[in-house]
Amino acid sequence: MIRVILPAHLRTLAQVHGEVALDVPTPVTQRAVLDALEARYPTLRGTIRDPLSLQRRPFLRYFACEQDLSFDPPDEPLPEDVLTGRQPFIILGAIAGG
Amino acid sequence: MSAVRVLVGTRKGAFILSADGKRDQWQISGPHFGGWEVYHLKGSPVDPGRIYASQSTSWFGQIIQRSDDGGQTWQPAGNQFTYEGVPGSHQWYDGTPHPWEFARVWHLEPALDDPDRVYAGVEDAALFRSDDGGQTWRELPGLRAHGSGAQWMPGAGGLSVHTVLLDAHNRGRMYIAISAAGAFRSDDGGQTWRAINRGLKSDYIPDPDAEVGHCVHRIAMHPDRPEVLFMQKHWDVMRSDDGGGLWYEVSGNLPSDFGFVVDIHAHQPDTVYVIPIKSDSEHYPPEGKLRVYRSRSGGNEWEALTRGLPQQDCYVNVLRDAMAVDRLDPCGVYFGTTGGQVYASPDGGDSWNAIARNLPAVLSVEVQTLP
Repeated sequence: MIRVILPAHLRTLAQVHGEVALDVPTPVTQRAVLDALEARYPTLRGTIRDPLSLQRRPFLRYFACEQDLSFDPPDEPLPEDVLTGRQPFIILGAIAGG
Repeated sequence: MSAVRVLVGTRKGAFILSADGKRDQWQISGPHFGGWEVYHLKGSPVDPGRIYASQSTSWFGQIIQRSDDGGQTWQPAGNQFTYEGVPGSHQWYDGTPHPWEFARVWHLEPALDDPDRVYAGVEDAALFRSDDGGQTWRELPGLRAHGSGAQWMPGAGGLSVHTVLLDAHNRGRMYIAISAAGAFRSDDGGQTWRAINRGLKSDYIPDPDAEVGHCVHRIAMHPDRPEVLFMQKHWDVMRSDDGGGLWYEVSGNLPSDFGFVVDIHAHQPDTVYVIPIKSDSEHYPPEGKLRVYRSRSGGNEWEALTRGLPQQDCYVNVLRDAMAVDRLDPCGVYFGTTGGQVYASPDGGDSWNAIARNLPAVLSVEVQTLP
C-alpha cells in the first residue's frame, strides 16, 4: 500500500483523518498515485492538479524521503521506500502568512 | 412567523446568520469551509433549502458546495469549469494578449424556476450554467464570443463576471456585468449577448464612451420593474429605464459617486441604496463615516443613513456583492464590511445594528426570506 499525507484542508474536503492508504498499480509514479487518490476521493479532482492539463497546482509540493519530487517527471517511479510503505508520499501546501 | 437567513461569504469561510421576522436576535453558524475564501453563496428562490456556495483558495482551486437543508450540511458538487472551444485571449494589463484562464467563481445565481439550474459568473470573465444541481458545468460561450472579448482587460481585482440578473417577467432575458468590460444583456437565455453601455462615461479609458471597457461594479434590478436598472460604476451611479439601452447618471448629491454596492428596496422600486466609498485607491468611507445613502426618488436625491453605523474612524470597505435586502415588511437591508461586520436594518435603512462584529473580511451577503 502507498501511504499518502494530505494537507489539512484536503483531508477535511475528502473527509479523511490521518494518512490515506492506496492500492496503486505498478509502476508506482506520481501520476499513478494521484490517479488512485482522485479515483478514491473524486472531490479532490482539480484541487491538486489542474483537471485538464494535470499540471501540479503552483502552491503545492510533493515530498518523499526528505526529497522534493515536485519537479520530477510525473511518470518517473517513486522512491523504493514509498513503494514499500516505509515512507509516505506527502502532498504539501506552500506556507504563507495571512 | 417568517424568518430570515443571511448568507455571508468571507475571506476565511462562510457564515449563516438566522433570525425570526422581528430580526432582533441573531444566531451565527459557521465557519463553513473554514480557511477557504467563499466569494459567494446564494439560495434557490424556489427551494430555500438549496444553497450553492463558491469555495476557493489559490492553493487548491475551486470547489462548489451544495446544501439541501438550508446550510446545515454540505456536499461538494462539480468543480470543472472548462471554456468552450479554443479559449482565445483577452487583453492583459500591459495591453498584450493573455489566454483565458479560469481562476474562480465570483457569483452564483440560482434559476428562478428550477433549483437544479444555476449560473456561475467566473474569472476570467465567462458565464457557466449547470442544469444538474452543480454537478456539471457548461459555458454559455456566446458571451465571450460577443466580438469584443479580445478587448476586455482586467481591473485590479481581475477580469470577472460578478453580476448575474435574471428577469422574472421575461425568462429569456438576463444581464451580466464584467469588471472591466461593462454590462451585457441576453434576450435568448444567454446564447447571444449585446453590450449595453451607451451613456456610460469613463475617463480612465482612452475613449470615455466606448462600447466596452467600463468598470461596472454592480447592477441592481427590482423584480417587479425589470426594465429599470441601477448601476454602481467605478465612479458614477447610473440608471437605465429601458433594460440597459441607455444609461444616465443619478449620482446627485452623493459625497462620492464611487462605490461598489447598489440595491433596491423590496417593495419600493424607486428606493435605492448605495454606500459611497472614497477613491481613487483609498477605498474607505469618506471622512471615516460609514454611511448608507438612500434615494426614495430613483436617484439624484440621496439622504445619509447613519443611525447605528460608526461615524468616526471607520475605514472599512463594502465589496460589490456584500449588500442585500429581505422581502419582509418593513424591508430589511443588510451589508458586510471588509472589517468583518455585518450590519442589518430591519426598517428600510432608518436604523442599523451590527449582527456580526468580528468575522473575517466579508466578500458577499445574500438574504433568504423564509415562510
